[in-house]
Amino acid sequence: MPLTVGIAGARVAAGLSRLVGAGGGTTVPGKVLSSLDPELLDRLAQRLPLGAALVSATNGKTTTAAMAAQILGPRVRLAHNASGANLLSGVTSSLLSAKSPELGLFEVDEAALPEIARRVRPRAVCLGNLFRDQLDRYGELEHVAEGWRSVVQGLDPAAALVVNGDDPQVGDLARERSGSIVFGLDDPRHAVPELLHAADSKWCLRCGRPYEYAAAYVGHLGAYRCPTCGHARPELGVAARGIELRGLDGVDFSLETRGETRPVRLAVPGLYNVYNALGAASLAIALGSKLDDVVAGLERFGAAFGRFERIPIGDKRLLVLLVKNPAGANEAVRTLVAGGPPKLAVLALNDAIADGRDVSWIWDVDWEPLLAGLERVVVTGERAAEMALRCKYGGFSAEAIEVVPQLGAALDRGLELSPTGGELVVLPTYTAMLGLRRIVADRGFVQPYWERAA
Amino acid sequence: MTIRVAHLYPEYLNIYADRGNIAVLSSRARWRGIGFEVEPISVGDELRPGEHDLLYIGGGQDREQALIAPDLAARGDAIRESVAGGVAVLAVCGGYQLLGRFYRGRDGVELPGAGLFPHETVAGARRMIGDCLLACELNPGTRQTLAGFENHAGVTRLDDGAEPLGRVAAGFGNDGESGFEGARVGSAVGTYLHGPLLPRNPWLADWLLARALEHRDGEAPELGPLPDGLEQAAHVVSAERAKSRGGRF
Repeated sequence: MPLTVGIAGARVAAGLSRLVGAGGGTTVPGKVLSSLDPELLDRLAQRLPLGAALVSATNGKTTTAAMAAQILGPRVRLAHNASGANLLSGVTSSLLSAKSPELGLFEVDEAALPEIARRVRPRAVCLGNLFRDQLDRYGELEHVAEGWRSVVQGLDPAAALVVNGDDPQVGDLARERSGSIVFGLDDPRHAVPELLHAADSKWCLRCGRPYEYAAAYVGHLGAYRCPTCGHARPELGVAARGIELRGLDGVDFSLETRGETRPVRLAVPGLYNVYNALGAASLAIALGSKLDDVVAGLERFGAAFGRFERIPIGDKRLLVLLVKNPAGANEAVRTLVAGGPPKLAVLALNDAIADGRDVSWIWDVDWEPLLAGLERVVVTGERAAEMALRCKYGGFSAEAIEVVPQLGAALDRGLELSPTGGELVVLPTYTAMLGLRRIVADRGFVQPYWERAA
Repeated sequence: MTIRVAHLYPEYLNIYADRGNIAVLSSRARWRGIGFEVEPISVGDELRPGEHDLLYIGGGQDREQALIAPDLAARGDAIRESVAGGVAVLAVCGGYQLLGRFYRGRDGVELPGAGLFPHETVAGARRMIGDCLLACELNPGTRQTLAGFENHAGVTRLDDGAEPLGRVAAGFGNDGESGFEGARVGSAVGTYLHGPLLPRNPWLADWLLARALEHRDGEAPELGPLPDGLEQAAHVVSAERAKSRGGRF
């Protein structure tokens, strides 16, 4: 089939998908065409004059790729899967819908990375972190890590590798390839006093003894060293120092690389966004961006889709924080509490494939600092009762839990309980976030994501 | 009156929200005015039979399980002696596997087990992942259901005549074909269901608490009912999930 005919057909499929209300049409055309021509992605990627860059991580890949798009966007035309459709079909679709793209910038699902890397032959890969996530879908962490190692070993000789040195499993990949860019945090003032319950890579990759942390920043990310065999964080090539958290408004830090230093003021909060910014900065540097352009792009960045997104609704506002696994939810809780703990929250738990069918992860999240400040919680989604039990057995009064399974009704209840001018905190899983956005869009308060992302 | 609990290897075996099971046991004891003390037992720590009323062991990834398996296997006598003396046990997923005779991984490496449950586990080619519903009859004449989530590559075969925890109503169970799930030896139960298991199956939590109290005091207690509306609602959804999508590769 000629490529152009196929592309026209896929665009029709995307339009139909939107017409019938099946969603953004962000993966349908890719699915249609990939089933007809499995090597379509390979050929589309080969046509990119500046090649493709891939971003993967358990947490932060959407934000990291969106930050990189802010940096790179003014100078090159991008094909970028901004709405988070990060499987083979989503990447293919974003290539189909982009108008004469020069560079592909794709966030890629952790488990899909080996196949997509094999097909796309990227010129740069940015690997952020590996946390336990949707074990029902990905299997065990070690298997995902093995897949990533094979990706690194199979990269083209000229390709650039960017890794988060603060994650033992990910940082170790830098040793596979000389010239890798290693990024990480270097400001022990922001270390947590002890590893949280959900910390994953606590045991030395080489010898199995517990790592010692000079500083642990987010989950198991930090400056680690094995006292037995010496396996330790690699030397940082791109570092954040002098970090100043500005509550829910943002975070400042000093970006340091190759003897150069620039102050950066991010408009998104939390240490985890410093990691995202370092990943995006390192990737852009690997692709040839100047440091001043890197800083300008990072400072322009608002929020990625559903990630700390503020949506005005009449005289109130929603603050939407996507939660999808223990490490990410812990950081959302930490950031919320640091910014002044809310008195009311809506927790939305679904269990579709994209959320993880296994909802056990909610028990590995340290919700307690958030629950301690709440006077009332509205739980919603298909597994609302399960979330209610998490609150109840976390010590929260059962009388203060409202179970409202329907998302729209829960949103109404949350808004009703919020004061005028107030902000309603909503923590949804992925499909619950999509559902809530759809409801809000139907009411005319936010654009559907396929319009915004175009 | 206090229930003494030994939580085995909590820093290694905690992958599927095992602390949720502990939180349910602890809360349901305290709501009835019963104390609940948890002692973590890790590699090298002493476990003396009779000092605890309830043993808990959770699940881990292959790597973590391999790290603790030799230590656990060496405790086989202590654990069997405890159970023979009436100590209650809840073992979930990896912990359930390692309380059998052995676990043989995909790489052919065999981890020794503690030999409490009469079973052997060999890693299969495909993971058995999904919602799962069991029919149980731990007390003769009292039928109950357990709703949970299973995720295991291990195929566990019970010895002939061994007692399972329940019959699979929907899902894979021990091996995907026998119709058995879990194992029971006296007051010790093991299962692949995590999720965690106890919040949406409070009757099993209360059964374990009753067995632990029986061990402590020598007689079975009367545990009064608790308001379990949320628990029942969660059970219903989970059971429906198992019926509609459990047991499929």
